[in-house]
Amino acid sequence: MTQLSAYVRGIGLVGPGFDDWAGAASILAGITPYSPRATVLPPPVALAPAERRRTGAVVRLALAICFEAVSRAGVVASELPTIFSSSGGDGYNCHEICVTLASGDRQLSPTRFHNSVHNAASGYWSIAANATPASSVLCAFDASFGAGLLEALTQVTVDRTQVLLAAYDAGYPEPLRATRPIPDAFGVAMILAPTAPTDSRVAQIRASLCNDPAEAMPDPQLEALRTAIPAARSLPLLRKLAREEPGRVVIDYLETQRIAIEVSAWR
Amino acid sequence: MTPLFMSRFTATSCIGRGLSATLVSLERQHTGLAPCKFETVELDTYVGEVPGVDAQSLPVSLAEYNCRNNRLAQLGLQQDEFADAVEELAGRLGRRRVGVFLGTSTSGILETELAYRHRDPASGALPAEFHYRGAHNSFSVADFARKALRLEGPVAVVSSACSSSAKVFGSARRMMEAGLIDAAVVGGIDSLCLTTLYGFHSLQLVSPLPCRPFDAARDGISIGEGAAFALLERAPASLDPEAVLLLGIGESSDAHHMSSPHPEGLGARAAMLQALSTAGLQPTDIDYINLHGTGTPSNDSAEACAVTAVLGTTVPCSSTKGATGHALGAAGGLEAVICALALQNGLMPAGLNTATVDPALSVNYLLQNRRQKMARVMSNSFGFGGSNCSLVLGRAQ
Repeated sequence: MTQLSAYVRGIGLVGPGFDDWAGAASILAGITPYSPRATVLPPPVALAPAERRRTGAVVRLALAICFEAVSRAGVVASELPTIFSSSGGDGYNCHEICVTLASGDRQLSPTRFHNSVHNAASGYWSIAANATPASSVLCAFDASFGAGLLEALTQVTVDRTQVLLAAYDAGYPEPLRATRPIPDAFGVAMILAPTAPTDSRVAQIRASLCNDPAEAMPDPQLEALRTAIPAARSLPLLRKLAREEPGRVVIDYLETQRIAIEVSAWR
Repeated sequence: MTPLFMSRFTATSCIGRGLSATLVSLERQHTGLAPCKFETVELDTYVGEVPGVDAQSLPVSLAEYNCRNNRLAQLGLQQDEFADAVEELAGRLGRRRVGVFLGTSTSGILETELAYRHRDPASGALPAEFHYRGAHNSFSVADFARKALRLEGPVAVVSSACSSSAKVFGSARRMMEAGLIDAAVVGGIDSLCLTTLYGFHSLQLVSPLPCRPFDAARDGISIGEGAAFALLERAPASLDPEAVLLLGIGESSDAHHMSSPHPEGLGARAAMLQALSTAGLQPTDIDYINLHGTGTPSNDSAEACAVTAVLGTTVPCSSTKGATGHALGAAGGLEAVICALALQNGLMPAGLNTATVDPALSVNYLLQNRRQKMARVMSNSFGFGGSNCSLVLGRAQ
């Protein structure tokens, strides 16, 4: 069985009731109770004002988690290849385009159009971080976190490079929301490295495909979050990392298979 | 990188369904671009529309995936016995050992555009027959193709605008080298829709004429559509000399602007250099370049800077978008297949519609087809968000 491995050097997280990884880790470790509230997205201060004004929720979410992960890992953002995986992209922007195209005047705003590409967050990140390495931008519907994780781990394993993985989703307004009810924004970013840093304690993860069912979250509210937002399918892994708990965890991926992850002891 | 064998490939675009028709069009220097009569679009532009897409039906069990993008994918999968080749391979390797990595930028957004015209007047709700997962979601085409081909390996859509279906080769290569899979279906599918037609128009990037890449008077793109697929396998010990291999791939980001390339093509340069380096080749090893060559003033000038810096001014090159239009998320896959055809048939395709090559672009741009044996070629794909990808393909010889 093929195993892909990496060291988790830093995490960034924003979601409903989660302002950053430190707060989320405390909740996931069972130290602080989880009290869900609407996701608060910080402004993308790393972008120039003109670009900042053009960004929607998805870009602000992606930039926030990426900068947090980079900062916690103490790595240089501009040198990292990236993997951006999202189920839906910018739902509000898409809605506005569809409303305009269904109206009598189909003139689109150029900014709306260039923000409509699935790789908008990747593009803004590369500008904000001055990052010129490759960026893989993926979508796999509900399997988007798993698809992003596998893409990231193959880069780490095959190309022996450190990467930034970001998985993030934000909802649609009506009427699309009724067809894809994603309740709020959630995103997680990780710096994954082929070797362990000498100056900090990190966990190693080893992933392989399996047939076992995905693990649920013990807390019903966190379980509801896990199943409602594709990027939150990462929660069982994040819980293990937050608890610094070695062992095996199975996260959701495709209807035909899941991803089993062995988390090693911290070192 | 270890070269990968493109054991089967096919392309469907406005210049033909499948390889034979595509090759005949290239040989005759035929363009598929025609004045836009797509849907209710009222724009003064040419498009590369694939005839007969809406007459294509999907397997009954996959009815929820019905949208123009997936009908085009299904049409493409049926050409050149591609689906049969996948079935044979899946039988040999196991369904879980074959991955699916497809590029798209449009997905089935046209269905959503149409659904918004038919919102319930009272509630604003979309019509009940609208399927978000099957039509709208970016994953739809890979989900559909994987099910249509009855594969069970890892799967993803790569959606980085106009580099999408070049970058799928990179994702497949990593998955294969990591040992997660033994083979992959890669490719790209993009279909005409109002978002791209009116969107590129809003950026004033659409030409009123058939696009003229690298022409002194070039004034924008012509939007096309297409479905291209390739089956990637580990190369066997002995190969037919005409077999096509993926030799190298380079990927980079501009980190410059969302919808304009770096003016000196710095990101494009990095992608081309990395493609050469992963292939273990020198610039002089490249016999022909299939340019990204969209036909906008800034794209072509940035690409010319990059090509000149990396490969010099003498390598024969052309953009086939004058024939096919810019198939956006399908362009990388479509042009990789055109490169494979070029290698196997010793045909460097002309850049159509271009009358006078811009003297400011110092590349050896082909205005007529050239018959010449080639060993290795490069294909460039660059997209919005500054996403760049270059592929190097070669004959096994």
